[in-house]
Amino acid sequence: MIVRKTLTIKNELGLHARSAAMIVRAVEGSRSEVFLERDGVRVDARSLLDILTLACPKDSRIVVRADGEDAREVVESIERLVESGFGEAA
Amino acid sequence: MTAAEPKRTLIVQGVGVSPGIAIGTAHLVRPVDAPISRYQLEDRRLVAEEIRRFRKALKDSENELLEIKRKFKDQEGLETLYILDVHIMILRDKMLIRQTTQNIEEKGINAEWALRMTLDKYRDVFSKVDDEYLRERVSDVEYAGQRILRNLAGVHHETISGIGDHAIVIARDLSPADTMQMKVEKIQGFATDMGGKTSHTAIVARAYEIPAVVGLEKITTEARTGDLVIIDGTAGAVIVNPDPEIIRRYEEKKRHYETVEDSLLKNARRPAVTLDRHRLQIGANIEFTEEVASAVHHGADGIGLYRTEFIYINRDRLPTEEEHFCAYRKVVESRGIRWATIRTFDLGGDKFISDPRLAAEMNPVMGLRAIRFCLREVDLFKVQLRAILRASAYGRTKVLFPMISGMEELLETKRIFNEVKKDLKRDGIPYGKDVKIGIMMEVPSAALIAEDLAREVDFFSIGTNDLIQYTLAIDRVNERVSYLYEPLHPAVLKLIRHMVEAGRKAGIEVAMCGEMAGEPVYTMVLLGLGLDELSMNALVIPRVKKIVRSVTLKECKKLVDRIMSFNTASEIEFFVRDHMRRKFKEDFEIAD
Repeated sequence: MIVRKTLTIKNELGLHARSAAMIVRAVEGSRSEVFLERDGVRVDARSLLDILTLACPKDSRIVVRADGEDAREVVESIERLVESGFGEAA
Repeated sequence: MTAAEPKRTLIVQGVGVSPGIAIGTAHLVRPVDAPISRYQLEDRRLVAEEIRRFRKALKDSENELLEIKRKFKDQEGLETLYILDVHIMILRDKMLIRQTTQNIEEKGINAEWALRMTLDKYRDVFSKVDDEYLRERVSDVEYAGQRILRNLAGVHHETISGIGDHAIVIARDLSPADTMQMKVEKIQGFATDMGGKTSHTAIVARAYEIPAVVGLEKITTEARTGDLVIIDGTAGAVIVNPDPEIIRRYEEKKRHYETVEDSLLKNARRPAVTLDRHRLQIGANIEFTEEVASAVHHGADGIGLYRTEFIYINRDRLPTEEEHFCAYRKVVESRGIRWATIRTFDLGGDKFISDPRLAAEMNPVMGLRAIRFCLREVDLFKVQLRAILRASAYGRTKVLFPMISGMEELLETKRIFNEVKKDLKRDGIPYGKDVKIGIMMEVPSAALIAEDLAREVDFFSIGTNDLIQYTLAIDRVNERVSYLYEPLHPAVLKLIRHMVEAGRKAGIEVAMCGEMAGEPVYTMVLLGLGLDELSMNALVIPRVKKIVRSVTLKECKKLVDRIMSFNTASEIEFFVRDHMRRKFKEDFEIAD
């Protein structure tokens, strides 16, 4: 099963080390292949370093793409993180 | 070359960030960018062994970090541990591992070389990113990478924790993970290639009162482990392999420095009372909770200025209310201080949010910063105010608002402050009953309407650094006009006197927390101008107190009357310096 979802980064600081680390943690236990895409660049969501190279500031749009049996769950868990602004203080 | 050949003496100038003199043996920590061994594997069969070696180094590195994390779990701030987590995640990074092993396999090269290629690739990618925060992540990748390289070389972390007594630590830069592993209290001095007054090394050195010089650029290649090294943290100099004559001179200097310090420290806790019984409050300026102990030790009556900017910067996300609160509470409830004045955020928004709307301003000193920024980003401001008020339940707290330029700003600030108070009350969250509010007097417009402002606040705190810049219209950082930065300019003195009088009329206290307050040569002038409190870098408190205790308020007033009759800054400066030199012969000759 392949699941794709476009998300908008909401938190002030964008995808920085801590938020990227939260994504890596969310993906770690999954049995799917998970990728993030921005402006045509695709990286493995299991690599903190590669996520950082996407350089996503606030309001940038990223595509999450998962392929595997728990694709839906893992995309949803990333969506929750992004939507909640990674728990950053307001 | 033989071992007996005398080594060449080398003097390197850097930035002194923690005063004092240290003489000891150099210990090089982690020679970053030291030439790593590079070789082709002779035999394809060695590839598997090389990959195994790389994986073991990763595992060892991770174990080291986990061990540090365990040890410091309860002691250190959340931020440091978070950095360790990022480093651990980098060590486990799929791409880092894959690319390095690929390099080993495909190019048939050793693990060190293969890893260096991977690290360089990330350095390239990050350096092109148009985002300052992200660019700085290069240093995290480097820290993690250096740890792996060290383990590949078979050097374990014992080299850091096992640094001998009296060692002078020399490094390219030190990360929190590095200093956490050292027995810092046993180290004699620090010298680093990189860094400035606010780098991690500087903060640690000041907190432990260890002489330190940073920004030396190449000291890691100029000194070797085992070299004799002198650190002069006061002058910002490092001497490698000093000849016997220099050693003798510095030993004397060190003895002298320590005797003076000792005798000053012995009296540091005594109150700052003039011979005619006038009491002056002495505060310490701090940036970190760790500095409170040193403030008390050096004789501060209270914390006169707690700068909170460091809670915001050098981090990846906004601090939570809880993080603010923990820091403020720690300061407020410290033993040995009678009050703590917490200043709200005093930088431009660009310092902690990578928001394109807050792009670089032409003239940031006069731009959207401090209270202006807070009044625009009210939600952020409220997080800080809530935390300060919550902390005020644990000790006497004053709140200080920076860069107020007029009445509207002040009233708006007070309105928000009272709103936060009301919210806390509604939610049943305790806060101090008598939290005094004050404003920084640093904009000339505020100084001129001081009478009106004084009726709305509990205290003034004069920030001389900005007041002088704004009043004299000079940018201190601009070398071509910095000569015009004159604290004793008649205009500046008149503004100070005006503010003190306005405060007196309204019955509120007037403090001073700029650099001028910590210049012993100006102490008599400031006493004579009638300030109630001087707040300064903790290390100078003993000197300022000594002066206060050996003069009368009456003679200080006379001195001020005299200098107010001059009409140039240079006349005043000359007169004051000359007066102080005559009166305190010993003290001011040492300073020169």
